[in-house]
Amino acid sequence: MAVKILIPTALRQYTNDLASIEVVGETVGDLFLAFTREFPEIRKHLFLEDGKIRNFVNVYVNDDDIRHLQRSATPVKDSDVVSIVPSVAGGSQSGDAELSPQEIERYSRHLIMPEVAVSGQKKLKAASVLLVGVGGLGSPVSMYLAAAGVGRIGLIDSDVVDTTNLQRQVLYSTADVGRPKLQAAIDRLNGINPFLKIETYQERLTSQNALEIAASYDIIVDGTDNFPTRYLVNDVCVLLGKPNVYGSIFRFEGQASVFYAGEGPCYRCLYPEPPPPGLVPSCAEGGVLGILPGTIGMIQATEAVKLIIGKGEPLIGRLLLYDALAMTYRELKLRKDPDCPICGEKPTVTRLIDYDHFCGIGTAADRRVPEPVREISVIELNNRRSAGKELHLIDVREPHEFDICRLPDSLLIPLGSLEQRIAELDRSWDIVVMCRSGIRSAKAVKFLREAGFEQVENLKGGILAWADEIDSSLPKY
Amino acid sequence: MALRIDENQKRLVGSFSEESYPDECCGFLLGRRSGTDKEVVLIMPTVNEQVRTEKYHRFLISPEAYLKCERYAQENELDILGFYHSHPDAPACPSDFDLKHAWPWYSYIIVSVRKGQTSNVTSWVLADDRMSFEGEVIESNPYSPEEQDVASRPVESQEDRTWD
Ligand SMILES: [Zn+2]
Ligand SMILES: [Zn+2]
Repeated sequence: MAVKILIPTALRQYTNDLASIEVVGETVGDLFLAFTREFPEIRKHLFLEDGKIRNFVNVYVNDDDIRHLQRSATPVKDSDVVSIVPSVAGGSQSGDAELSPQEIERYSRHLIMPEVAVSGQKKLKAASVLLVGVGGLGSPVSMYLAAAGVGRIGLIDSDVVDTTNLQRQVLYSTADVGRPKLQAAIDRLNGINPFLKIETYQERLTSQNALEIAASYDIIVDGTDNFPTRYLVNDVCVLLGKPNVYGSIFRFEGQASVFYAGEGPCYRCLYPEPPPPGLVPSCAEGGVLGILPGTIGMIQATEAVKLIIGKGEPLIGRLLLYDALAMTYRELKLRKDPDCPICGEKPTVTRLIDYDHFCGIGTAADRRVPEPVREISVIELNNRRSAGKELHLIDVREPHEFDICRLPDSLLIPLGSLEQRIAELDRSWDIVVMCRSGIRSAKAVKFLREAGFEQVENLKGGILAWADEIDSSLPKY
Repeated sequence: MALRIDENQKRLVGSFSEESYPDECCGFLLGRRSGTDKEVVLIMPTVNEQVRTEKYHRFLISPEAYLKCERYAQENELDILGFYHSHPDAPACPSDFDLKHAWPWYSYIIVSVRKGQTSNVTSWVLADDRMSFEGEVIESNPYSPEEQDVASRPVESQEDRTWD
């Protein structure tokens, strides 16, 4: 099949002045292979050394950019017209980071400090930082980096603002509930500082998109709340040679460090393997002091700014442990592990892997469970209780959670004390176990089944589902 | 190597630049090629797609706009010969940023606008080694001694060293 390729005037010097060329091929990739074989001179203007298309070169099939189709695998047919389209850009000031008079006024408190000064402020303006997750940690990090004048801030998050976020995610206001986080974030950050470029990625960071997204940023800030993404962020940073400004929070305690494999250890040097799934509860399961992500996020923002302006002692090779109740900071020295699977002397991880699988989530975890946990929906439970069926409802949450809300006639046995109090239960009972969302209760069901209880079911979705579907007067938390 | 441009069209580039001051403006130069010379017959302004806060020193033409303009050119048997953009309160010589994003062959007309008034119009072509721009003579027709004087006045800063 012959497809027409339109040549921009600038490149016709390499095509014997032809404005269009007919080439045979099934995909855009085929066409370009054949085309550049015929006119080899044109190659260096269209492709980089590694064969990737230059970023100011765009290829269109009819009216569509192939970046939005299947890139070089985009199929073509006879009637299609393929165009090589230049992106044209320029400007008046040299360099990327001249400060305008408005910026000089805005950053004056930075400019008068010799450690920052105009040169540091220009570095901030020229810098780019990617925030993975715009939640509890991402809120203060994004706001302070925006205020400080970091020129390009990337945000990746696929969530919608939820009422339970507002206790700690100060980037969002009550009116934002239900809005995509990134939309609300753009408004807020532009309000703080309009002299910035905010780029948003409303998606989850995955092994497929991570390298491409992270490649164009100088620094990556990890604001994630789960192990698969944390290992993914670490590996992306090691593979791309970028610093990973790490923070994590749980209840009253937080950690922060800078993992930078070029100059120190990485996250895998510290934790080569993820904990078994379910062992470490998430903030959603275990709770978190609302102020805690503020404290830890601010440390992350400080480290990011220090890395950019190149001043002070970065948190590379040190793990900062913060305890809000005791109000203490402790510091652990971290050493680079020569056997680290990704940054060690003989790395075994040389590209991104399946992190859900690595962390025992999904298929692998399913295989480990001998039989599926039997579940009951809140509607079915309500029907059975209304019909007067005798069943025992066991709530495995913590006492303070029980105080917030509970179902009538439920027996409180926190998951941690289930083993000691198992004698209170009778193996002949019909038992339904519940918790907040159904995760802890699933563990309880599994434990009870193994202890010989036959009729045990897990309340799917927990008390949250009950509040959604049965009794909206119950407070959600 | 010269860029011929009708006096009215050249004046138009100046007024577009003044209109968008203090932001940069941008657009296409459409015309015909004859040997190594180019003759601009039409100036086609286009939207500066840069983010609002950057327009004071940056311009960006989207590929969609380019595609549309190229189609228009084809239908009218013209070629895209290059682009124009303004430098508000800055000299009419290419910046590092211009150099980084330049394409070969095209003419880049730069209009210096001082305090809202056009002060200088120059044209440039990327050198073969991609390391610098070479100045290109602008020939206006009909000949106007006043205008010619402005366009070829020695440039005002050391950044203009590529001008010959
Ligand atoms: Zn320029
Ligand atoms: Zn390591």
